[in-house]
Amino acid sequence: MAKEKMMLMGDEAIAQGAIDAGVSGFYAYPGTPSTEIMEYAQHSKDAAALNIHRQWSANEKTAMESALGMSYCGKRAMVSMKHVGLNVAADPFVNSGVTGANGGIIVVAADDPSMHSSQDEQDSRILAKFALLPIFEPANQQEAYDMAFAGFELSEKYKTPVMLRLTTRLAHSRAGVAQKSRLSQKELKLPENKRQFVLLPGIARKQYKTLVANQAKFMEEAEKSPFNRYIDGKDKSRGIIACGLAYNYLMENYPDGCPHPVIKLCQYPVPKKMVEKLVNETKEILVLEDGQPMVEEALRGLLDRDVKVKGRITGELPRDGELNPLFVRRALGMADICGQPAPAIVAGRPPAFCVGCGHIDAYNAIKQVVTEGYGDGHVFADIGCYTLAALPPFEVVNSCVDMGASITMAKGAADAGLFPACAVIGDSTFCHSGMTGLLDCVIENANVVIFILDNSATAMTGGQDSHATGRLSEICKGLGVDEKHIRIVTPLKKNHDEMVQVIKEEIEHKGVSVIIPTRECIQTLGKKNKKGGE
Amino acid sequence: MRSDIILSGVGGQGILSIAAVIGQAAISAGLHMKQSEVHGMSQRGGDVQSHLRISDKEIFSDLVPHGGADMILSVEPMESLRYLPWLSKQGWIITNSQPFVNIPNYPDAKAVIAEIEKQPKHIIVNADELAKAAGNSRGMNMVMAGAASLFIDIPQEKMEGAIEFLFGRKGPEIVKTNIAAFRAGREFAEKKRG
Ligand SMILES: Cc1ncc(C[n+]2csc(CCOP(=O)(O)OP(=O)(O)O)c2C)c(N)n1
Ligand code: SF4
Repeated sequence: MAKEKMMLMGDEAIAQGAIDAGVSGFYAYPGTPSTEIMEYAQHSKDAAALNIHRQWSANEKTAMESALGMSYCGKRAMVSMKHVGLNVAADPFVNSGVTGANGGIIVVAADDPSMHSSQDEQDSRILAKFALLPIFEPANQQEAYDMAFAGFELSEKYKTPVMLRLTTRLAHSRAGVAQKSRLSQKELKLPENKRQFVLLPGIARKQYKTLVANQAKFMEEAEKSPFNRYIDGKDKSRGIIACGLAYNYLMENYPDGCPHPVIKLCQYPVPKKMVEKLVNETKEILVLEDGQPMVEEALRGLLDRDVKVKGRITGELPRDGELNPLFVRRALGMADICGQPAPAIVAGRPPAFCVGCGHIDAYNAIKQVVTEGYGDGHVFADIGCYTLAALPPFEVVNSCVDMGASITMAKGAADAGLFPACAVIGDSTFCHSGMTGLLDCVIENANVVIFILDNSATAMTGGQDSHATGRLSEICKGLGVDEKHIRIVTPLKKNHDEMVQVIKEEIEHKGVSVIIPTRECIQTLGKKNKKGGE
Repeated sequence: MRSDIILSGVGGQGILSIAAVIGQAAISAGLHMKQSEVHGMSQRGGDVQSHLRISDKEIFSDLVPHGGADMILSVEPMESLRYLPWLSKQGWIITNSQPFVNIPNYPDAKAVIAEIEKQPKHIIVNADELAKAAGNSRGMNMVMAGAASLFIDIPQEKMEGAIEFLFGRKGPEIVKTNIAAFRAGREFAEKKRG
């Protein structure tokens, strides 16, 4: 009897797919919308029984490199991250195209068009293209699962890492997924060429030629991929290329089938022959893709002469933001269907600190001393729950750029003569990318006050463990911060005056000061208490 | 059969437990189901929504199209109004009457209810109170699931079976009070629908 389908989110389907395809290690750093891949693997009884590695890494770069080490040993590895995480991992990611893989390696990049929980909406497909790697882009949860199998296979066939790219909507949407029978894990087997992973120029040049030569083969694979389909249609006035999830929005608008020829495009590089056929047979091409207009731009070319291409660049679809059935409907030239507008009475409800959060107490003290004492403009913050202090009622923080940038921006500002120059960074973010910046500060004895908000958790992404827990002051000491200027406080209302005093003292100190307000996130604390009680 | 539902509320109110019950019931009834949810930033007390789609045919989009929802099911009154652009002309608003006030500019609660009452098809239920009366002060979500269940073409046993399936791990007492809350919601909706 066929097994009952599992109800899985896109993220979970990828993780289950990897487990069933014989993965030996998951590597990741949390980041919406990719987090649930690792979380699923961590909660999976199968993964536990199979002794699959599934612990968080310090950041996306260390995760990518560990995955590469596992691949070096001939085993299958999956590394997952949000799109901006791929920037952090870009160095090993791009170079991994040149080293190639030994055991299969899938890099999952979860993009966030419309920036539901992100600083930008960059399209990871463009980074994979830059690295000359094949891309899989599932249209649904079943494909997400199946692509773990196909991805490892392709990766090993050509000894190349592959990207699996998805967007928020699929990552966090559930549907039934049919499981395949499980493959066993690979044996430890080192690469035949023991210099494969040595990117000295002489070796790298040779291997890069192989990667370039492989492009034609990757294209051939895409031409015959079961995930790519040419679906003919009678009405040749238009041909449609629907990438990944966009295929669903297209079909949603044509419940009885699309009258135009369609390419469902879910494996890249863009299959040239398939597209050629569509272009030859139809008058114009409409490209539906979530993210940036990568396919549209490629088709249009620089001179935009031969093929009539429509999409995000020409305004049929909005240039930015996530696709949805309505936007696709408009691009297809159909009349809007829409309910009523929300009445004016509906007020915005921005995210806010949880009641009782320690960050509130820390910011009350920071606001009193820094913002009220020296004016707005002195607080460089970072990414995490504590970024919410940019909004009312606090409006204290002046920056949030990328993980770790608070410390280094404060240093640059101190170099420029800003006094005081303060940084606010979370414990997890500090371990991700703050430590090196702190070392820069120590080397030059920069006049900065750095707040490391230690809530024993990576809270913003759902309360994962933090590498920092129990280690922060030792790390700071080890990096060379003077012990006298590492100040641990407990962010509670009753300690407000004490915190104010400590902040004043450390602003007066000419050099590097680290203040560590330490109190656990009430959400993770609540979960632990609940577990203890059950 | 087809049911497109927008679930709404405030981050932390637990709308996903409603989606889980209705979704699980749909699966056990052999239907197709897609359910998309919001994670991340907005879970911190911001507005949250989940799109739940059930059908006996293949479902394409993970998102309910604008103007296509058969129901807005909200655990908070103001949040039910936020998603009117998604509601179809014949669609129902089914909402908890109890405001969740975590913003300084929350509108006058009576005015919010008046706006909802302008909709031709609506059920406003004090789900917090019904849950308490059913002996389950934390069962507000199950009351809402029960009220909604009346308008979804899935047998009641399947719905209650889903509650058992999902909460069985927590013991028979939790299952019992959740089912009691579910029934209270369903009965209320039955009376209101007339
Ligand atoms: C490069 C990168 N990776 C991951 C993320 C996702 N992300 C945003 S905030 C955050 C966690 C922050 O944790 P912490 O610094 O401890 O602050 P908290 O939320 O606990 O206050 C993560 C992982 C990101 N924005 N950028
Ligand atoms: S999740 Fe934790 S750190 Fe984030 S706002 Fe809530 S209590 Fe604060």
